[in-house]
Amino acid sequence: MSEAALAAPPGLAAPPRGGHAVFWGGAALLAVALIAALRLLHNDYAWFAGYFILQYVVLASAWNLLGGYAGYVNFGAAGFMAAGAYTTIVLRKALGLDLLPCIAAAACVSGLLGLGMGWLTLRLRGVYFAIATLSLAVVLHTIIVNWDYVGGSRGAYVVPSRDTAPFVTHGEYVFVVMLVLAVLAVGIARMVEKSRLGLGLAAIRDDERAAEAAGVPTLRLKLIATTLSGALMGVAGAPLPHYSAYLNPEAAFSLAYGVNAIAMPLIGGAGTWAGPVIGALLLGTLQQAATVMISSALNLLVVGCVLVAFVALAPHGIIGLFRGARR
Amino acid sequence: MDPDLALLLNGIVSGLLLGGLYAAAAAGLAVSFGMLDIVNIAHPALMVAGAFAVVVISTATGIDPLLAAVLQAPLFWLVGAGLYSFYNRAFERRGDEALHGLAFFFGIMFIIEVLLVMYFGADQRFVEPPYAYVTWRLGDIDFPLRMLVPGAVAMAAIGALALFLKRSFAGRAIAGVAQDPEALRLLGIDPVRIKRLAFGISVALAGVAGGALVVVQPIDPWSGHVFIGRVFAICILGGMASLGGTVIAAFAFGVVENLTATFYGPSWSPAVAFGCLLLVLALRPQGLFGTAP
Amino acid sequence: MDSISRRALGAAVLAGAGLGAPTLAQPSGNPIRIGYSMSLTGGLAGNGRPSVVAHQIWAQDVNSRGGLLGRPVQLVYYDDQSSGAQVPGIYTKLLDVDRVDLVVSGYATAQIAPAMPIVMQRGMCFVSLLGAAVNNDFRYDRYFSINPIGGDMKENFAKGYFEIAARIEPRPRSVAILALDSDFPQRAAESARHHARRLGIRVVYDRSYPPTTVDFSPILRAIQAARPDIIFIASYPPDSNGLLRTAAELRVQSALFGGGLIGPQIASQKAQLGPILNNLVCWDVYAPEPTMQFPGVDSLLTRYREIAAREQTDLLGNYAPPLAYAQMQVLEQAVKRVGRLDQAALAADMHANEFDTVIGTLKFDALGEWVEERSLYVQYQGIRDGNLEQFRRAGTQVILYPERFRSGTFRSPYAPGGG
Repeated sequence: MSEAALAAPPGLAAPPRGGHAVFWGGAALLAVALIAALRLLHNDYAWFAGYFILQYVVLASAWNLLGGYAGYVNFGAAGFMAAGAYTTIVLRKALGLDLLPCIAAAACVSGLLGLGMGWLTLRLRGVYFAIATLSLAVVLHTIIVNWDYVGGSRGAYVVPSRDTAPFVTHGEYVFVVMLVLAVLAVGIARMVEKSRLGLGLAAIRDDERAAEAAGVPTLRLKLIATTLSGALMGVAGAPLPHYSAYLNPEAAFSLAYGVNAIAMPLIGGAGTWAGPVIGALLLGTLQQAATVMISSALNLLVVGCVLVAFVALAPHGIIGLFRGARR
Repeated sequence: MDPDLALLLNGIVSGLLLGGLYAAAAAGLAVSFGMLDIVNIAHPALMVAGAFAVVVISTATGIDPLLAAVLQAPLFWLVGAGLYSFYNRAFERRGDEALHGLAFFFGIMFIIEVLLVMYFGADQRFVEPPYAYVTWRLGDIDFPLRMLVPGAVAMAAIGALALFLKRSFAGRAIAGVAQDPEALRLLGIDPVRIKRLAFGISVALAGVAGGALVVVQPIDPWSGHVFIGRVFAICILGGMASLGGTVIAAFAFGVVENLTATFYGPSWSPAVAFGCLLLVLALRPQGLFGTAP
Repeated sequence: MDSISRRALGAAVLAGAGLGAPTLAQPSGNPIRIGYSMSLTGGLAGNGRPSVVAHQIWAQDVNSRGGLLGRPVQLVYYDDQSSGAQVPGIYTKLLDVDRVDLVVSGYATAQIAPAMPIVMQRGMCFVSLLGAAVNNDFRYDRYFSINPIGGDMKENFAKGYFEIAARIEPRPRSVAILALDSDFPQRAAESARHHARRLGIRVVYDRSYPPTTVDFSPILRAIQAARPDIIFIASYPPDSNGLLRTAAELRVQSALFGGGLIGPQIASQKAQLGPILNNLVCWDVYAPEPTMQFPGVDSLLTRYREIAAREQTDLLGNYAPPLAYAQMQVLEQAVKRVGRLDQAALAADMHANEFDTVIGTLKFDALGEWVEERSLYVQYQGIRDGNLEQFRRAGTQVILYPERFRSGTFRSPYAPGGG
């Protein structure tokens, strides 16, 4: 992703620099403050609910790299996420690896998946890419179900250790891991948006043929975006076995991940780094709240209605609403 | 007949019959997704809603479920037209990408499923037409009517639609709006009206497919999930806007699934079927019958 | 949060009172709150919702008898949407925010296992419902399982089926094994393989199928082509139905057909399958036969059925509700004996004592599984149509195994399509 490798699109000025230090510093401070505040609550639920929401921040930001920036819809987010989760399971079983190395490995595995699939299908129209991602998820699901080493359809257990120092509980541990990942994912999304890669992807989104004609190396940029997006989605899934102690293919490839990965950036505002964050925080909190407050079939009804209402009333997402108001 | 040959032929025949059901499910999508570029992910959910409606009508009045499915088609047309009007006002008029409608249809899918659970409960429903337990036999080859009759009705409905699209003025306008809405406007035809007509037809087809589905197997509110991937894959395999292509792709899908299940084990059926799709996309991205990009 | 209306429950309790439950002093004071997650939506809801109904009947029963330790019991449950990922959040909320006094589990392995680290961390007693071998990796000493299969599923699940097979004349020499790609059916198939090997029965077909299967004819044809003497199938409700109907269409015929099919236990399936069930030999947990008249089960099922008709859950309630009721009875009896809500004392009590429940006397081993496994094998006999009335009486679901509950004789062959 080095800048030197990308030819500057002619006629486009270099993207504005700056703000990076402010972002990373601010995000780090916010994260530390959050952990401190939640510790004061002495409440394990906060960690688990927080994890649930943060994993979607990562997933939505990852999806947005390709979906929002470049306009290529990935229907198979659950496949990449499950690939990350099962990488953790395999490495833990085979080598006894701890969570952190597994996350790195998950990034590689899912990134390679993204690269491979991109290479196969990115020469096609966007809608074909979308179906190809769905097919990939189905193929992966079938492979995992038939793979006895990871338990197949019987699922796999990841028994957490009793000793969680320096964290107060196991819940805090997985939360902090996911918080760090979320900060990283959002930071990467922001850097991409403001870089030449981001400009190139935006050009692809607006009019791919014109971008080609203008000399933008569309295939290469798309491949980079798919790889990065896949890697981050795998990273979102890697801590999942540690979070839920038991994982089976049905849970790992759940439709909820695929839907939310698309809905959250769209609600928050695709095309910017902040949109997926807002969408994930909003929709994730709504879903978590609905689970513990309404707690019946009405849950999904509320989520469905909110989805429809939001997307109809705020088609450019919440970010779009703000931008419109400012004008 | 040689037992292996009988197994092979039965695998092909049952695959074709299964493909008939898939074609019913995917035909509506060929119109909405293939011709109008609307990613209606709620299509299988609408099909399941149609199936539940058929259960209610058929158990209350004793009408054959497939007949009920055809009779309820106008009602589903209305639903489709209504959905499209909303979709058009919310998205298309603002010039948004069709992809923004995705989240909208996801929401619709959830709403439909939840309303079904709230109204019908989580248990399975079924219908019992008299031919449900009859099987015609041609030597060693079986033709269970449970699959044959819905498949035949689906083919008839699709055939009628194809005729409509080719011969009638409205039908040709539908084919035209996909390619060049401006030209339609120049002819004095409102593209929005045509698209509403077409989307209504696609949902009506979903209703008919629901009738076919509930004759083949009992349904619950989540029965649509296993069809989401399949119907989109078949649509693409068939070349998007081509009804005939969709039907042939549906047959191919069914045959591949069933032959894999017969000779290699059913565990691998989904992977093989979708793997074939990936291959086709890699080698011939316009599908089997579409026009080259 | 109650999805079952209060009026319905009140009416049911009155009916129960009419059947002989005496009303003692009213419970008073702070309620004892029992928290859990349950699948009210999604794929597991078919058994999750009846379980909640059974729990609520239990709560009303306890409260009408003076409560637990003199205090009323209150159920606090959330819908986990048949998704394991929701479970950790729900249980931490129950314990840290709602501060419930006791916890039990949801339904099925995938919903029980994610709660384990959380309940273990707080040392809570945990009575689970129909989970398979959940405690094997955790080895938690306060875990108790309501699962008739007991601790050794590989040894115990298919034993009865193959014992029935061994007594068939002529003795079967080959078996076909088919299982759904899911936890419980795969374990059932493993048990079948184990027993086939033990008895020297050759496995001529051994495959799994995915839950997305729509057409079962290629599978059953392949089985027929392998010419097995007997057939063992492990499946869940949607596919059990498809498999049996397809078997009828293809005129499958076998000396012994059945196994671990979950599905025929459910009312709506019985209604649809009707005579196709005849001579099917199925694993089960309860059948309304004279040999299984445990105290309270009749009254429970009568009251359950009234509510079920209104709330659109399984109309017969023979499968999950008695087990769910027993789940709560175990908790209730332990609390009464110990006299206080001390988790360690409760666990010690549950390990040490026997429990009289609506499904019989239970005793738990070191890992919390039943000491005495109680897998039943029933055979459906003499079914004429889909009318559910016949299933409420004895005689249509004859118990063939184990010997102490046997209530009839084996009939052969299974030939649903008329052979």
